[in-house]
Amino acid sequence: MKVKYFAWVRERIGKAEEMIEPPESVRTVSELIAWLTDRGEGYAYAFENPKVIRAAIDQAHVQPDVAISGAREIAFFPPMTGG
Amino acid sequence: MTAILTVRVQQDDFDTAREIAALHHGRTDIGAVVSFSGICRGNDHGRPLTALTLEHYPGMAEAEIMRHAEEAMARWPLQGLTVIHRYGRITPGENIVLVVTASSHRQAAFEAAEFLMDYLKTNAPFWKREETEDGTSWVEAKRHDDDAAARWKA
Repeated sequence: MKVKYFAWVRERIGKAEEMIEPPESVRTVSELIAWLTDRGEGYAYAFENPKVIRAAIDQAHVQPDVAISGAREIAFFPPMTGG
Repeated sequence: MTAILTVRVQQDDFDTAREIAALHHGRTDIGAVVSFSGICRGNDHGRPLTALTLEHYPGMAEAEIMRHAEEAMARWPLQGLTVIHRYGRITPGENIVLVVTASSHRQAAFEAAEFLMDYLKTNAPFWKREETEDGTSWVEAKRHDDDAAARWKA
């Protein structure tokens, strides 16, 4: 699946998007955050406070306990500041 | 007559007067038009601001605004609704966002415009980065914006 990062999540990880293949044991959005956190320093910094991280699956907002199976695109970003 | 719904996410500036006129041009069933313009300020709590840069999530930004625009159309008797949100580098005095609502009577137009702005602040995937003389920093989400959006929940 494709993962996209925005704003300071993108800056801390050092890339805007990537393709990932998490193991089947990673089932939910929050489990994916935990799995990504172990990928390196930038990821650990980006996800150091997972409570503030917002997620979207296929361009719709989701809660952390939502299953990721079947997702084509998952995005992680800070709370939004538009308008 | 049918309601006209326009949602645009764009880098370029827009002409507020033209957008307002376009929404009710040639119609006699509209009695109230409300517009909200969000404009880049030249300072943030006394700190001079050089510019704002808005990052957005292409595709989702349009979809999320459209979702809330459709909800506004369902909740209030609107004859027209226009939402334009810019991205990229914006300097003080420039437009950031425009919401225009048209209805037979003012209450629906006022309420729908406020509802949309409250939701755009907290749910539309845009992120502001401030540019000052000291460098750049991401704008933090404000608690009172979350509270403002929450009051519309049925």
